[in-house]
Amino acid sequence: MTLALEITGLQKTYSGGVQAVKDINLTVAKGDFYALLGPNGAGKSTTIGVMSSLVNKTAGQVKIFGYDIDTDLEAAKSHIGLVPQEFNFNPFEKIENIIVNQAGYYGVPRKEALVRCEALLKQLELWDKRHEAARNLSGGMKRRLMIARALVHNPQLLILDEPTAGVDIELRRTMWEFLQRKNEQGITIILTTHYLEEAEMLCRNIGIIDKGLLIENTSMKTLLSKLNSESYLLDVNSQLIKPELDGYSCRLLDDHTLEVDVAKGRGLNSLFAQLAAMNIQVQGIRNKENRLEALFMDIVEQGRGKQA
Amino acid sequence: MKQNYLIAFNSILNKEITRFTRIWVQTLVPPAITMSLYFVIFGNLIGSRVGQMDGFSYMAFIVPGLIMMSVITNSYSNVASSFYSAKFQGNIEELLVSPVPTYIIIAGYVGGGVARGVLVGFIVTCVSLFFVPLQIHSVLVIVTTLLLTSILFALAGLLNAIFAKSFDDISIIPTFILTPLTYLGGVFYSTSLLPPVWETISHANPIIYMVSAFRNGFLGIENIPLFYSFAVIIGFIAVLYTLVYRLISKGVGLRS
Repeated sequence: MTLALEITGLQKTYSGGVQAVKDINLTVAKGDFYALLGPNGAGKSTTIGVMSSLVNKTAGQVKIFGYDIDTDLEAAKSHIGLVPQEFNFNPFEKIENIIVNQAGYYGVPRKEALVRCEALLKQLELWDKRHEAARNLSGGMKRRLMIARALVHNPQLLILDEPTAGVDIELRRTMWEFLQRKNEQGITIILTTHYLEEAEMLCRNIGIIDKGLLIENTSMKTLLSKLNSESYLLDVNSQLIKPELDGYSCRLLDDHTLEVDVAKGRGLNSLFAQLAAMNIQVQGIRNKENRLEALFMDIVEQGRGKQA
Repeated sequence: MKQNYLIAFNSILNKEITRFTRIWVQTLVPPAITMSLYFVIFGNLIGSRVGQMDGFSYMAFIVPGLIMMSVITNSYSNVASSFYSAKFQGNIEELLVSPVPTYIIIAGYVGGGVARGVLVGFIVTCVSLFFVPLQIHSVLVIVTTLLLTSILFALAGLLNAIFAKSFDDISIIPTFILTPLTYLGGVFYSTSLLPPVWETISHANPIIYMVSAFRNGFLGIENIPLFYSFAVIIGFIAVLYTLVYRLISKGVGLRS
């Protein structure tokens, strides 16, 4: 298996003494769409900073497509495209110049860079803004600009640090589709996000970092299979009194909303049959919370319990 | 030089030139106005009463120094403000994440500083033509001094920007060190007029060597032998380049 990323024994202690990364061992396979999750201050951005050589590591080894950042830094860098958390372009520079110059830093000739710039800006719906200064863009456009900039040198590994923060849901979905297409084209993607439904929807594998340690590293499918139960919210048409349901615990949230816990493997058929028998018509059903969110909280709390 | 590095160098240089030409009212017009005032006040009004200096009219004598003063100030401030702004806005990361070697980053920024210094030098030279005919003794000496001086002060500006933590930090050095050294660097007087002790002390001022070499290029006179002037300037360039290279390679002020 070709590895896009191989991190061994990574540690980072900042000059003030804060140990942001204690010991991280992580591999990401070529072609993967990998979610790196964790609470604020867990060490995600520091880990990404080390990968992209914006942060000097204290110890450990990082390889990008087999290139060690200590011995083959330029080769390692040329494989990475980074979309950082904060806007980090010159706000007074024109969008086209930002992208074409970035391509130039990777040795892409200007003529070729202009062609790639046009293709990316059109895909990300920024082509009409190409002569605008970056500061005139909306928040969502700035995010897309950073994605275009990160892709202009055709990287094999795209690292996105909270790329959809502050982006409205419609635009977020457009960006998801764009990233899925890029992944299908063979680009390995590592994503950090606080929108757990985003990670669930996009990523095949997942790592959870907390307090500088990787406390979970598995496939999304395996992780979700750890769920013991899920809670659903049912909208019903008639005024309710709390029904007695065999095999399901439930709570009445208001006259028309019922919360039902469904144990793993229990299924929903029996629930609907019982409600129908009580003449209760279900108008709609939705998950009470993102399922990954519940798991995420459990894993982080368990991890903290072990560390304590 | 590898082809990729040449493209990267051109990209940085292009970005730098675009930056200072986009804000030409702030970068190119002020030196023209300031130097016009120097020419009028020191050259015409006061200079006419000073008489000759080292065998030339006072106006002709101060022209090379004033051009050099503009070159020094602009090559320094271009790199200091551009590099610090890139740190402040975070867009220096565009370079740090890309496979651009440190020496190309330095060459690109210094190239931008040299471009602005040379352009401003040309503008001030054109302004001087309204006041005094241009005399040229050696084009080669003029061009060599111009390039070496702007390289030296672009490197100094880069060093300032690496350590700067606020915009105040990039104005302190020009205000408290660069400007006094320039004024005391023989722009307005010949160091031969100084008492021997002060003349010796003034040799510790690197700007003396640049002004002297530049004046040699225009007028054929010098306070310091040309070879010695070039040796000092090149020596300073070597020291500053080594220092800047090490600092950027280590990520001082750039990486956490």
